[in-house]
Amino acid sequence: MLIALKLKALTLGAATVTPLLVMAFTPPVAPKAPEGALMLTSGAFGYRVAGDFSLDGKPTTNPLQRIKIPRALVVMKNQVTAAEYARCMADRACPRVALPAGSRDVPIVGVSWHDATAYAQWISKKTGLTHRLPTDEEWSYAAAERAGDETLPVVDPADPAKAWLARYEAEAARGQPQVTTPQPAGTFGENSKGLADVAGNVWEWTDSCFLRVSLDGGRERVTNTNCGVRVVEGAHRTYMTDFIRDPRTGGCAAGVPPSNLGFRLVIETKTRLAFGS
Amino acid sequence: MLTRRTALMGAAVAALVAMAPMALADDLKLPRQHVDLVAPPFVHPHEQATKDGPKIVEFKLTVQEKEVVIDDAGTKMWAMTYNGSMPGPMMVLHEGDYMELTLVNPATNAMPHNIDLHAATGGLGGGALTKVDPGEQAVLRWKATRPGVFIYHCAPEGMIPWHVVSGMHGTVMVLPHVGLKDDAGKPLHYDRIYYVGENDLYVPKDENGKYKTYESIGESYADTTEVMRKLIPSHVVFEGRVGALTGKNAMTAKVGETVMIVHSEANRDSRPHLIGGHGDYVWETGKFNNPPERDLETWFIRGGSAGAALYTFREPGIYAYVNHNLIEAVELGATAHIKVDGKWNEDLMKQISPASPIPADRVGAADPAIVTR
Repeated sequence: MLIALKLKALTLGAATVTPLLVMAFTPPVAPKAPEGALMLTSGAFGYRVAGDFSLDGKPTTNPLQRIKIPRALVVMKNQVTAAEYARCMADRACPRVALPAGSRDVPIVGVSWHDATAYAQWISKKTGLTHRLPTDEEWSYAAAERAGDETLPVVDPADPAKAWLARYEAEAARGQPQVTTPQPAGTFGENSKGLADVAGNVWEWTDSCFLRVSLDGGRERVTNTNCGVRVVEGAHRTYMTDFIRDPRTGGCAAGVPPSNLGFRLVIETKTRLAFGS
Repeated sequence: MLTRRTALMGAAVAALVAMAPMALADDLKLPRQHVDLVAPPFVHPHEQATKDGPKIVEFKLTVQEKEVVIDDAGTKMWAMTYNGSMPGPMMVLHEGDYMELTLVNPATNAMPHNIDLHAATGGLGGGALTKVDPGEQAVLRWKATRPGVFIYHCAPEGMIPWHVVSGMHGTVMVLPHVGLKDDAGKPLHYDRIYYVGENDLYVPKDENGKYKTYESIGESYADTTEVMRKLIPSHVVFEGRVGALTGKNAMTAKVGETVMIVHSEANRDSRPHLIGGHGDYVWETGKFNNPPERDLETWFIRGGSAGAALYTFREPGIYAYVNHNLIEAVELGATAHIKVDGKWNEDLMKQISPASPIPADRVGAADPAIVTR
């Protein structure tokens, strides 16, 4: 037992030391950050956890937690455009979706989580840099002051209609974007972290799955993970089935859906990227 | 070509011209009532049962041709409307009353219009006597002899369907003097009334699949007709646009209130359904001399007719009122919402257990692999 532990310590030591030695002799050339990539320094922030939360078997408000983004986060300033997605389509790497008739220098919309994921894989291969959809935590961090913190009233099982009506009122009162057709990058301005068009008229897919979480006994326990439904972020947070391209409401579904579904990517790197020219 | 119908219509127009235009109907010596109309889903104030004798009820409809937005994506179409809304306003009177209707076609319009009232008898429902070109108006008097809800619509020669699916339709409600009654003859009363007018719309698309827009109403005619002839609407909506009765525009009611919903479709069949509620009393064909059906889940509105449903709300919450061809409700727009305030009734419904993991001892129950023989 003791030997095993020692061995483990040794290997760990070696693993951490060796790269340093290598680096000392052959300094790696930092890969160049793609145009439009922003590096956000790590930090902590107040995050309204996504999902459905319950306490003692009754629905409760999603907790507000102080969480840390442990490493610098590289995120694209702009949402992926129709022109960019069209190139992936032309390479037969992305599913075919309807492209705008006019200018393609607008965000691609009408894309599902699968489409967005296919694009991320394609652009990763093209650039040699791992691109992916952000987690909901990463998106909220990057969205900064534009991340919504809407806590919809929770359902009282004794009178479910109250919360239902209140939610309906809240959703109906949301300001809907004036224009629903995708607009050129920058139309909806930049946030404090330099990201463009956050919470404009294009909602963004995240990689986070829909969770049902119990807070019973003061500890968080995920009772159901549904990765067929992903967290979608924008002017308000919502949850969408991953193959949906065109969000809409109607029938039993009350409330106001996102105007459009698009996405923005983050870049994962083991080494730092070189920014600037 | 002079058909028998055009000859008849020509004669009717000639008769109208011969009449002095200002000689309004004072030959009846009846009390007059003027009604200011309101746009759907609302209905102008009116008595349900009345002690009044027959009277002349004056209404005015002004035709407005205009470009309107019909969904949240900003799709536009050229509409033809009575008083600016599609459908036009509901006009209420009592059995035995006379409607004196002034139809105005302002000079700013491009098209001739008229009105065919299904509740009226003779003269193509009034269509033969009301044709007005831009810059003209006509006055029609007709007697309300049959109680019920009835469509009215524009019926210009050769272009009837186009005018109708462009918005020119509405409803007349003729109430029995004694008010409404159930199948056993017991009086029925409503606390609120809503008029839900359904529109099937046919907006042409370009070669890229985008909805087209047109400089003028005339330019939209040929393409629109081509879409119409395929009988597949691009939109099926209430009150002229997707979302006209949802969100901030949702209808409202309270638990314990009895609500009358009049539903019209001037062109195509529909099947209204109140999700989470019922039709307590439904005049499916809309004619009040027939006893209402009770406890309906979905009722059928024949194209070219209106129906009426009475429901007392028993549970608060959001109700969806839809065309229960759910493809039309969700994909094409035929959804309305009703916000109902009040106290929840646990006897009618209670959530025994919210969504939670399936208990382990139940998981296998339906698994054939563990069934022992």
